[in-house]
Amino acid sequence: MIESVNTLSALRRRIASLDSVAATAAARVATGHVSLDQALGGGLACGRLHELFGGVEDEGAAAGLALGFAQLLARDGPLLWLRTAVAERAGGMVYGPGLAALSMTPDHLLIGVMAGEAMLLRAAVDALRCPALGVLVIELRGRAPLLDLTASRRLALAAEASGVPALMLRIGGEPRPSAADTRWQVAAAPSRPLPGNAPGMSAFDLTLLRQRAGSDGLHWRLVWDNERGRFGEAYGDGRDERDDHGQKGGGGGRPAPLSGAVVPLPADRSAADRAA
Amino acid sequence: MRLATLDADALALGLTPGMTLADARAREPDLRVFDADPHVDQDWLERLCDGCARYTPIAALDSPFGLILDITGCAHLWDGEELLAREAADRLERHGMRVRHALAGTAEGAHALCRFPVGAAADEDAALRRLPVEALRLEEESALALRRAGLRTVGDLAARPAAVLASRFGEEAVDALQSLLGLGRRPLAPRRQRPAIRIERRFAEPMGSTAFALKTLEEMTAEAGERLSERGQGGRRFEAVFFRSDGLAFPLRVETSLPVRDAPSIMRLVQERIDALSDPLDPGFGFDMLRLTVPQAEPMAPTQLALEGGEARKQESVAALVDRLSIRAGRTRIQRLEPRDSHIPEQAQLALPAVDERAPVNWPQRQEKGDPPMRPIHLFDPPQPIEVIAEVPDGPPHRFRWRRASHEVTRYEGPERIAPEWWKAKDGALEGESTGLTRDYYRIEDARGRRYWIFRHGLYGTETQHPVWYIHGLFA
Repeated sequence: MIESVNTLSALRRRIASLDSVAATAAARVATGHVSLDQALGGGLACGRLHELFGGVEDEGAAAGLALGFAQLLARDGPLLWLRTAVAERAGGMVYGPGLAALSMTPDHLLIGVMAGEAMLLRAAVDALRCPALGVLVIELRGRAPLLDLTASRRLALAAEASGVPALMLRIGGEPRPSAADTRWQVAAAPSRPLPGNAPGMSAFDLTLLRQRAGSDGLHWRLVWDNERGRFGEAYGDGRDERDDHGQKGGGGGRPAPLSGAVVPLPADRSAADRAA
Repeated sequence: MRLATLDADALALGLTPGMTLADARAREPDLRVFDADPHVDQDWLERLCDGCARYTPIAALDSPFGLILDITGCAHLWDGEELLAREAADRLERHGMRVRHALAGTAEGAHALCRFPVGAAADEDAALRRLPVEALRLEEESALALRRAGLRTVGDLAARPAAVLASRFGEEAVDALQSLLGLGRRPLAPRRQRPAIRIERRFAEPMGSTAFALKTLEEMTAEAGERLSERGQGGRRFEAVFFRSDGLAFPLRVETSLPVRDAPSIMRLVQERIDALSDPLDPGFGFDMLRLTVPQAEPMAPTQLALEGGEARKQESVAALVDRLSIRAGRTRIQRLEPRDSHIPEQAQLALPAVDERAPVNWPQRQEKGDPPMRPIHLFDPPQPIEVIAEVPDGPPHRFRWRRASHEVTRYEGPERIAPEWWKAKDGALEGESTGLTRDYYRIEDARGRRYWIFRHGLYGTETQHPVWYIHGLFA
């Protein structure tokens, strides 16, 4: 028994020496959302691969969240967004004025529109080997058959060697075994409305599906704060808010708002400014 | 339809440029007419000009019909100026062209003597002085004014004091006169500029191995790098040509966004280029010559070599990454965004190749910080049509259908009215006819929290009776 314990620990040591990912601790970047940062042990890890899954319908939200994460991880370095020509046709082109409006700097952004997925993945590995890059975003649509465990492992190793964080944005794809550090599911969330029932700041429903050596299955609602350029806590519980407030635009099929429902006071300054 | 130019036979029949085609046909029913295409003519002239590099490296275009060759120091290779000129004319005539030529001490002189034959003269200066004043290439009014003043030839003009001519007919007249007579010199702008660096390797035997050819190219690149560093320069473009023994040549071009002279990084780019070729580099019966040119070089500061024990610069810059990806995928595929000053959403940005040099830009912040974004992060180009149900035709959207899914609008803001560029409409066009229709943009959120940017195309009632809706972008 004691012998087998010794053998096991020796094996563990041997595996640990092979698996350098676990050996080195990565620098972490806080997202600004307190409980999310706590669950991640300080924030998103640099030099790691992070996967973001979003449905085709939630494409805008998934891309927005990826841009937000990328913005934080890049720390004023250049941001390279790799996508395929098919994705650009189906999902629309990246629009600089919209990024500027979210306080995400479009002048640091490089966009690579690749002919196919094979070329995209090759370019991604090359880009991750360049330590001067701030962050890499890889956008893949659909099943992405070329992205197997080997390919994702290659990306993760390249990211770890250079310290460049990589965000894998999967639109309409199914999670499969991968070498990613974290895996997330992103969906759009109803925003906190402005006076006049106008859509407010971008909100996201975020689920942590998997975390290497950490807890998972957690769920948060994030709001992008374009004043400070980071994520923030969403207001209390969004669903109650919606039932109280979100009906005037067109509430077909939903119960009418209760008369006398109190319009909640906006907590952040932006909405207060608008009301004033 | 008018005649643009005519050949000598047609001119001899009394036809003139500018005449209407119908008149010309009435006079000459057998007239052969071709559509005028100035671009094709220009291309042809440029190709002829490149071909003249066999006589002199300094060959310039003299649009629309002429070429000017500076044969200084080249004539003895052809046993004299006249023989050179005749050989050039013969060669062009073999291609079915009619050529006139003239030799003179200045480009302007040759240009004028070629177009205004003056007959035999004692020497070049006398011939030039006999030219009519039209040979000065002044504007028509000036030439007419000179004729009215009784000045018919260049000699008449040259006899007057320059100050008087300048005050009466303008500085241009004096300038033109002086450059024609060789008193003031205007430099030629030769079409072919000498590349900054040019290295050639000839093999005694055709080389059948591509690997060896690349090895040789690497040595040449290192040599080019040394020469560039002597000049304090780095190359922006490199061109390697593999000449095959059967006469074919394979050019490979690589381009960088920053000047480089480091052989391994240039060779990496060349290797990328070779990998991206649709046909592999086929040696056939072997390469017999390699040529490496650096057509574009720019100043580049000398770099410190890594010293013993010092840390070598291993960090590859982002510019090098951009170069590599641009060569592999195509130069337009790696892009940067640049703002454009336009209120039309799809024209407010431009995706430019990242390889091109660019000054840093500031994106205009059009809204207060803290307000939700008024512009989407993804823009559809072209916008995608959607089916919208609105309570009234010019009201906000109530429900819409996009990609076969129905979305309920729970929140909206709008309309933000974006008018077409009416100032670009042609005179007499009706409102909205040629510049497009007014768009009413709505920022909307559906029941599940997805945010879209949609617009109604055309104002109901005034511009169209059935406005169509489009989705133009996605918000985060």
